[in-house]
Amino acid sequence: MPFVNNVPFFSIFIAMLGGIVMPLIKNGRIALRVTEAAAAIIGVLSAWLLCAVVASGESFTYMMGHFPAPWGNELRAGPLEAMMALAFCMIMILGLEGGRRDMFDDISAHKQNSYCLMLNLLLASVLALVYTNDVFTAYVFIEINAISACGIVMARRFGNSLVAAVRYLVISCVGSGLFLMGIVLLYTCTGQLLMPGMDTAVQALAASGEYRVPLLIAVALVAVGLSIKSALFPFYGWLPNAYASATTSGSAVQAGLISKGYVILFIKLIYRVFTLEVMRDLHILQALFVMGLSGMIIASIRAYQEQSTKRMLGFSSAAQIAYIFMGIGLGTHEGMVAACYQILAHTITKPLLFTSAGMLIRSAHGSKNLHDLRGTARKNPLAGVGFTIGGLSLCGLPLLAGFAAKYYLGVAAMGDPKKMLFALLVLAGSSVLNAMYYLPAIVGIWFPADKGAAEPLAEEREDKGFILSTAVFIGLNIFLGVAIGPMIKLIELGLSLL
Amino acid sequence: MKNKSLLHRFVDWVNGDVADDRPGNIRTVGSLPEAKPPKEKPEHTDPLRHLNRQIAAYRVSAVLVCVSLMLALTYTVLCLPTYNDPSAPTNNEVSQRYVEQGMEETGAVNTVAGMILDYRAFDTFGESTVLFTATAAVLFITLSKHTKEWTERGPFADSSKDPILQVVGKILLPMIFVYGIYVVLNGHLSPGGGFSGGAVLGGGLILASSMFGQKKMVRVLSANVTTGLSVACLLAYAAMKGYSFFTGANHVGWEIPKGTPGDILSSGFILPLNICVGIIVACTMFSFYSLFSQVEEE
Repeated sequence: MPFVNNVPFFSIFIAMLGGIVMPLIKNGRIALRVTEAAAAIIGVLSAWLLCAVVASGESFTYMMGHFPAPWGNELRAGPLEAMMALAFCMIMILGLEGGRRDMFDDISAHKQNSYCLMLNLLLASVLALVYTNDVFTAYVFIEINAISACGIVMARRFGNSLVAAVRYLVISCVGSGLFLMGIVLLYTCTGQLLMPGMDTAVQALAASGEYRVPLLIAVALVAVGLSIKSALFPFYGWLPNAYASATTSGSAVQAGLISKGYVILFIKLIYRVFTLEVMRDLHILQALFVMGLSGMIIASIRAYQEQSTKRMLGFSSAAQIAYIFMGIGLGTHEGMVAACYQILAHTITKPLLFTSAGMLIRSAHGSKNLHDLRGTARKNPLAGVGFTIGGLSLCGLPLLAGFAAKYYLGVAAMGDPKKMLFALLVLAGSSVLNAMYYLPAIVGIWFPADKGAAEPLAEEREDKGFILSTAVFIGLNIFLGVAIGPMIKLIELGLSLL
Repeated sequence: MKNKSLLHRFVDWVNGDVADDRPGNIRTVGSLPEAKPPKEKPEHTDPLRHLNRQIAAYRVSAVLVCVSLMLALTYTVLCLPTYNDPSAPTNNEVSQRYVEQGMEETGAVNTVAGMILDYRAFDTFGESTVLFTATAAVLFITLSKHTKEWTERGPFADSSKDPILQVVGKILLPMIFVYGIYVVLNGHLSPGGGFSGGAVLGGGLILASSMFGQKKMVRVLSANVTTGLSVACLLAYAAMKGYSFFTGANHVGWEIPKGTPGDILSSGFILPLNICVGIIVACTMFSFYSLFSQVEEE
């Protein structure tokens, strides 16, 4: 076995060890550096793994211990997994760098190491969700994910964030609980916990019609559980406050990582265990399609009505996640590719918006209200540019990531004559709504309400971390918007090797 | 001319609609149809009326959702294979190998210990980390700068003066600790192991803390000590299992000798792993108790 195959195991362990040693590091700055270093090492390793699996053209399983598939734990990695791991590590570093100043201001000094602990464990859990080949391991890391995400939300420790964290904890426990019940039912009717054994058993059950009701309920529970966790339309209530009340880097990392990890797990489960045919037979995909369509519209309307910048971004995230689920709900291979592209596009766009909004909010002396942000981009032009690019990308401006994702979603929707009309109409409507709340915000941050009030330059020292992270974010955004062809090929390769 | 009016209209739109004259407004709810003005009806004087109605609707829908979920799940359970059914799908090669070859392959007489600490040790590492994360999260939320001044509250606040607790505790405490340690150390030989033994030990620590009072206990087992112990145990777990994951996956060999099944020093890493898990569980239980029973003194 080539040595590069150890990368998934190393990645998860490095992130977990980074979290475990955090209580020993009392200094917040060193803790942040260690967190970023861990993410950087994992990122480099994932890039190496990505090159290796693309070159070899096949994915592999990795035994966690001495026992193979149906008995011991296993990991599995291919191009899609490696690419997602790489993206998540990049978001982690860039989000932390972009929100560094806010982190030191918002979180009291003796708690910064605990905050970094939560971040590391969050990354570890997302990586484990991406790489796992075992449904129960997925559940264990969903628990870690939920607790550490709550820790990140309540890091600021004031009323709003505590309420948001409690709400998030309760809803997310419901999600984990439903997922666990789904796994239990699946285990009872298949006798397997690892994906390779479970898929044959599920296919056999679907073909013979035996245990049809438990199978339907199990798949439905898994789907609902994961969609609660990833904030799909009717279940997105926890999201805006959780994102809005975290500190800037916390919001950025959450928006980039949390819900995406669950969606990747769901896509893996669809491809490796349930298969599209069974999902379609059980009418789960159709339900997801409808939920996705309604989420695209309703979450956008809620974002439009919102006054607080960060809550607006939160609702916009919910709308973007609905796009992903619409892609999945199309039930075709192209739909899945489009969903993966949307995951990538959103995962690099939303953290940019959050870090830029964090900087603009600093320029507005901490007020999150949209009308207090007027003219702030003049004070901090780079943050303004970041917010503009991010917003335009989500509106679907060509050459940016959001456009590529929407374009491919539209192309994928053409493949299904029944769903095409709805998908395209809602896609257009939702894009218009996106533009209706992003454009005024963008225009507003550049033009002060009363002329002459805007000071030309920021009074603060230059923040090198923020400059670097914004530049890389914008670069990535343009890369994803331009390099559609190669990225689609990579995703297709990844999906076919899942 | 036409251009200019378009621009004006755009500026108005950005400023929020013409109806809203708040300065510096980017966009308000007012720009939607049916916004603030029409909703000001004088008869709705009670400000909580809307909220109360929402709460009532919330309760009704929560009950409906729960009842329908219960019915669906109950019906599902009726469709599942019955308990003890020899032809049930769970009676397959997986459990067969665990039961038949478990002792030989892991060296543990207790099959459950072999399953959770050898076959599926990665899951158990995750579970221990869940406990650690939960403790860290609780510490994160309860601990503040003024942690030195703690006062006690809760049902056992004054119990250190209670004679019954003192006498019974003095008899029970040594037995509880010995039993807990026994369960942890014999985890690979008999029913038990890190999780159950750790729970016994944690219960003992809680009893001790209500007997001697929090302040004395905190001198021995402060939050720093319990966190340090958990960190050390998790690192030890990660080192041991990291070694065996790496050697196992790469087929390096260098296996840990299993020993004779039934001996106390046997079954490879399972004994030290049980000790680690036991300490983590005990520390978690104790720190939950002590963190939630203390109150911050300003």
